[in-house]
Amino acid sequence: MAGLLRRVATMAAPIGCVSLMASPARAAATGIDTADTAWMIVATALVLMMTIPGLALFYSGMVRKKNVLATMAQSLAAVTLISILWVAFGYSLCFVGDGPWIGSLDRWFLAGMTMDSVNPAAKTIPEALFMLYQMTFAIITVALVAGSVADRMRFSAYLLFSVAWFIFVYIPLAHWVWGGGFLSSMGVLDFAGGLVVHLSAGTGGLVAAKVMGRRHGYGTENLSPFDLSLAVMGTGLLWVGWFGFNGGSAAAANSRAVMAIIATHLAACSGALTWGAIEWYARRKPSVLGMISGAVAGLGTITPASGFVAPWHGIVIGIAAGAICYWACTWLKHRFNYDDSLDVFGVHGIGGLTGTLLAGVFATSAIGGTAGLLEGHPQQLLIQLYGVAVTFVWSAGVSFVLLKLVGLFVPLRVSREQELEGLDITQHGEALQ
Amino acid sequence: MKLVVAIIKPFKLDEVRQALTAIGVHGMTVTEVKGYGRQKGHTEIYRGAEYVVNFLPKLRIEIAVASDIADKAVGVITASARTGQIGDGKIFVTPIEHALRIRTGETDSDAL
Repeated sequence: MAGLLRRVATMAAPIGCVSLMASPARAAATGIDTADTAWMIVATALVLMMTIPGLALFYSGMVRKKNVLATMAQSLAAVTLISILWVAFGYSLCFVGDGPWIGSLDRWFLAGMTMDSVNPAAKTIPEALFMLYQMTFAIITVALVAGSVADRMRFSAYLLFSVAWFIFVYIPLAHWVWGGGFLSSMGVLDFAGGLVVHLSAGTGGLVAAKVMGRRHGYGTENLSPFDLSLAVMGTGLLWVGWFGFNGGSAAAANSRAVMAIIATHLAACSGALTWGAIEWYARRKPSVLGMISGAVAGLGTITPASGFVAPWHGIVIGIAAGAICYWACTWLKHRFNYDDSLDVFGVHGIGGLTGTLLAGVFATSAIGGTAGLLEGHPQQLLIQLYGVAVTFVWSAGVSFVLLKLVGLFVPLRVSREQELEGLDITQHGEALQ
Repeated sequence: MKLVVAIIKPFKLDEVRQALTAIGVHGMTVTEVKGYGRQKGHTEIYRGAEYVVNFLPKLRIEIAVASDIADKAVGVITASARTGQIGDGKIFVTPIEHALRIRTGETDSDAL
């Protein structure tokens, strides 16, 4: 242990001085743009806000009162755990080195990162800021998965699974799509994480929900949400945070970031309106949960397309998101009989999948430099389909194996008695009164 | 002496309290309860999942009054708690055999 710490200290030492071993190009001091840097600092803060308090409130408002703290604890744990792992090796394996399958360990514990080093993917901001910004994506992706197994996963199993999932699902996917891996070389479009974040988390959640089984009382007892007002507040924080999520993915304070933010906002609006309208028609009442679900579905669905399409495409993509994700949460889930507690697959998985494909349809060369189906480039849709297939198969297969492995060490699920008593008191020794 | 027990809609509490105070009823006990009558609860729908909620939140008011004003008390509760919609509640009146004020030891009607 002491040896490891000494090694870490030695490797971290070059921060602040010139490093010769840096793999990302070392920029001249003038290459770093202060406006871009300022915006990306804000965007980083916005995306971190999406997990706590955003996702924590969104999720915990939808579970029962006895599981509110445990649900928040999962988001909190993702922030703390993944941040450390990201600095230790996550960033380096994702964004340093340009191998087709995985990055390198050159930047482990930020070794060789200097005040003026930059990453080739974002040449006008400090590499440290790019590292921090991408950290917030890894955090929320891992935190998203937990919604599928809310109300029943043992906290220790959640921690082990999250670490393993981050290493074996998130890191490779982020490298393949964003870090110069084989999907990025093929031209797969994923501006801010339709594949890397939403489809991968949704698929991981779906598999976890299947492996762990349904909640006790599912379909027979009242599992209605504790406090949807929390979920509404969480949605608002996610929504605003998404401006940093999609706008920040331009990695610069430029027009493309603004276009992405407009498309994002419009997709959230049309997604909420669509889901609410369908419920109004089908159930005679537009539910608040439906409207916020539609908003999040619109946000997740526009994510991969946001920097590649014209702003008004956001409206169309949001309408598609509201309709398709509604169908996934109300029909698909019951047809295949899985208990995805908070509809992570239905909202994020299906949303990410839909948005990735629609990016191939609506991609506008004047915005993102790539033409889609509507501009006479149908091959882009096939490339997108390939990206979806790879992400789905990888996340599903690896998540399944990891769950089985973690299950060898710790039971994945709490006992029936603990589940009935609630995870707050049985996992954390605390409860809401 | 009579014990008047009224099950009412929660948002009607203030009106009922004011009406009872106006006829000289000075004390009451209020409890948050859940239950259902003929309306049999309601259905809630969350992303397509339907839950039937049988037990609806209500307030249970208990007042102990002299027999001669019991009918009046029932009347003002009825008038002030009524919305005309299903689920307005019920009133039950039962005799009280004995009453005692703990602080002074007074009994029966002196204790009310």
